[in-house]
Amino acid sequence: MTALQQLPDVHGHFGPYGGMFVPETLMSALDELAAEYDIAKNDPAFQNELGELLHNFAGRPTPLYFAERLTTNLGGAKIYLKREDLLHTGAHKINNALGQILLARRMGKTRIIAETGAGQHGVATATVAARFGCECIIYMGVVDMERQSLNVARMRFLGAKVVPVTAGQATLKEAINEAMRDWVTNVRTTHYILGSALGSHPYPMMVRDFHRVIGIEARRQILGREERLPDLLVACVGGGSNAIGLFHPFLDDASVRMIGVEAGGEGIRTGKHAARFQGGKLGVLQGTKTFLLANADGQIELTHSVSAGLDYAAIGPEHSYLRDAGRIEYDYATDDEALAAFRILAETEGIIPALETAHAVAHVIKIAPSMSSDKLIIVNCSGRGDKDVSQAATHFGF
Amino acid sequence: MQNRIDQCFTALRARNEKAFIAYICAGDPNLARTVDLALSLEKAGTDILELGLPFSDPLADGIVNQLAAQRALEAGATVQGVLDCVGQIRRVSQIPIVLYTYMNPIFQFGFERFHREASAAGVDGLLILDLPPEEDLAAQTETLLHIRLIAPTTPAERIEAICAKAAGFIYYVSREGVTGAQASVASSLAERVVEIRRFTNLPIAVGFGISNAEQVREVARSADAIVVGSAIVQRIFEERAAQDMPERIGAFVKALAAATKGKTNSA
Repeated sequence: MTALQQLPDVHGHFGPYGGMFVPETLMSALDELAAEYDIAKNDPAFQNELGELLHNFAGRPTPLYFAERLTTNLGGAKIYLKREDLLHTGAHKINNALGQILLARRMGKTRIIAETGAGQHGVATATVAARFGCECIIYMGVVDMERQSLNVARMRFLGAKVVPVTAGQATLKEAINEAMRDWVTNVRTTHYILGSALGSHPYPMMVRDFHRVIGIEARRQILGREERLPDLLVACVGGGSNAIGLFHPFLDDASVRMIGVEAGGEGIRTGKHAARFQGGKLGVLQGTKTFLLANADGQIELTHSVSAGLDYAAIGPEHSYLRDAGRIEYDYATDDEALAAFRILAETEGIIPALETAHAVAHVIKIAPSMSSDKLIIVNCSGRGDKDVSQAATHFGF
Repeated sequence: MQNRIDQCFTALRARNEKAFIAYICAGDPNLARTVDLALSLEKAGTDILELGLPFSDPLADGIVNQLAAQRALEAGATVQGVLDCVGQIRRVSQIPIVLYTYMNPIFQFGFERFHREASAAGVDGLLILDLPPEEDLAAQTETLLHIRLIAPTTPAERIEAICAKAAGFIYYVSREGVTGAQASVASSLAERVVEIRRFTNLPIAVGFGISNAEQVREVARSADAIVVGSAIVQRIFEERAAQDMPERIGAFVKALAAATKGKTNSA
């Protein structure tokens, strides 16, 4: 492994990013979690149980699917989709939720809390909590509850209590604030299953590790199919868990280019977006030091995206580091581009992606035609779009 | 010159008295009123003023303080505005002032620049809720003390490490949870204060959840200082329309502050 793959350090730093910026009440719980994870990850019994659940409960490995019609229509590079949307619950989020619920059980914590934006992480958490008989509370902004109502109903059927959050702009950031306040209050009995590669150490490292299976499988699959590495990886980036999961196992493969796609919202100039690398700055939010959208006075800015899962003011700290290192490039797709991609993938491949995923697809649509037909792209098809169908139908007047 | 916080505790200890610390959110309802409130609180017997520098995402705070920060930001409170407000208080008062805030506003202002300008304005201490000692690379200076927090969940070896880097006083968070008034004081409080004293000679302040004179008196039996926040912030909100709001808040605080004085058992 190179230096890039050995991060973070023991206190969760990725160079100048990451760390543990949390109230004192949480420090011992985070230390306990980091210590337990350190033991578990080297414990064959833990890894076997997780592997068995990922295979038989979640449905791994997921296919690496050649998107033949999309490739033909775009007339450039060969496009493969890593089909995380086919996992149980419909998105990559289940990889991390399963890993963390096993850790919670090892620590004897039976009360589970989580935040959710698009609802995919909330559904994954509610699912694993049901599977292991744990009490489950999900915090969700009321704006997101409205636009992702299907997932709210799913969480409730799974036995979770969904707590509406009305503070601020009532989306993902506020849901994380409320989940952290719950955790501060109930830390001895409760494990917080944070859903992205965000927050205080050890979460960015641990969530990444639980999603590395995406990249490990994709690497093996593409070598099997094409007998060579891909030229380009593309994934959408909210907090950045699906992206880091796909990218991380390829970091040492210098020939593989990687692009993370942020939410461009209504356009960067309008200010209504969630693209942290377009006008964002270094700061500290919700446990970590990273790029974020804040005003000159340090107050966190409002964000906007058609996609609830990308509508967040900070990016996972490892992404900030890998951007500085020049290893990953970041671009953005606007709401309109993502909505167009949502339809194109549905009509050409018979796959309705999540609006988050559609941002990655939108970038592929832009870049693939300029690449020659002997080039290979893998795009992370991180989630399915059922949850977004009614929102998109309204948008397109169906 | 000795820091005002140290001077304050030295004087109180000589009189065998405990300190009353009042928390208000700067800029709620506006920064001009904050100056009046500070002076009124001092007159009512407050020994140390804890001023909230509002942040958009105060994740250690309960709903009362969250709403106060939101009102302050909507009323136009800025970092510079709060420092100017401290400067105005300093013209007429020597009450020790601790700023209570989160990392991002300080970070965006510039960590070193903030320390320089806060000191110059007359701030004596900083309580940064999301900056544990591990991430705090600044050395303690005599002019602007970094106040350390200890929680009920902090293990003994960590208490020792925190105390080693502490100055001014130790802020013991008296319960697991966010800020906000509570019906009762945790029964384990006195034992925890004794445990912390094994590692430090600094005064120990207790806060989070204390809201009435009876609770103040109870906590004053073991702690050196008692912090009341949300109960005062809530009262400010309720009285916001009154012309004499600062005096009314002073009257409310007077009874709380008095509960730390008079005959107390020193630990």
